[in-house]
Amino acid sequence: MFSRHGPLQAMRCAFPIRSRVMPLVRLVLLVLCCHAAIVSAVGVGETPPHFGLLDGKGDLVSLEHLRGRVVYVDFWASWCGPCRRSFPWMNELQRRYGERGLTIIGVNVDKRRPDADRFLSQVPADFTIVFDAAGVTPSAWGVAGMPSSYLVDAQGKVAAVETGFADERKSAMEARIQKLLDAR
Amino acid sequence: MRACSRAVALALATLVVGSLCGCAGYASPRPWEKGDLAKPAMQFDTDALDAKLEQHIYTSKEGAAGGSGVGGGGCGCN
Repeated sequence: MFSRHGPLQAMRCAFPIRSRVMPLVRLVLLVLCCHAAIVSAVGVGETPPHFGLLDGKGDLVSLEHLRGRVVYVDFWASWCGPCRRSFPWMNELQRRYGERGLTIIGVNVDKRRPDADRFLSQVPADFTIVFDAAGVTPSAWGVAGMPSSYLVDAQGKVAAVETGFADERKSAMEARIQKLLDAR
Repeated sequence: MRACSRAVALALATLVVGSLCGCAGYASPRPWEKGDLAKPAMQFDTDALDAKLEQHIYTSKEGAAGGSGVGGGGCGCN
């Protein structure tokens, strides 16, 4: 049915080399799988990756310097609706627990700084705001959604991770913060 | 049969590796990179209320819900 150099012949021709190609294919597949696994999220009990970002005045804010305090790290963006709703609550938390040792850091991930500034003029933040336009930190921390919050205890370990912002979870988070502040 | 094996092997290997590398190039935007996607101009519908009503009617006529995208602005938060 097929001629000597027909498609069947070509396939048969290719068949013996499968043993040499397959390891290469497996390698490429492995690399692709690793590519997806590189962005591993920070989990509870872990020490988060290095965190050092500049605030609006150009001062460095780093988690290492805040050891001994309970830190609430919140990744936000101007285009994120729930973030807008979370700001008044975080202002309230900072006001209520700041003196007892709570530091709230809002990490802005906007690509354009004016977007963040416009947001902040509408929704003022009474806590530390740092800027990461390149997205290095959310990438390293494996942020899964916007907003994402990480509660870091006085020893520098992650105590809680929250994705999104929901009113019904506010009291549970506040209770966690109080517990960490008491244990400090 | 022998003559063509090397050429075909090379061509196949290049094709497979090349196409697989192509897959790696199109990573979906990460959650913090969706600023442009969240813009009103990027929405399929211009009027949110109209879209909601239309979806409601469609859902009731169809007898099934879901499959019309993700909740919220695509930030992965709802």
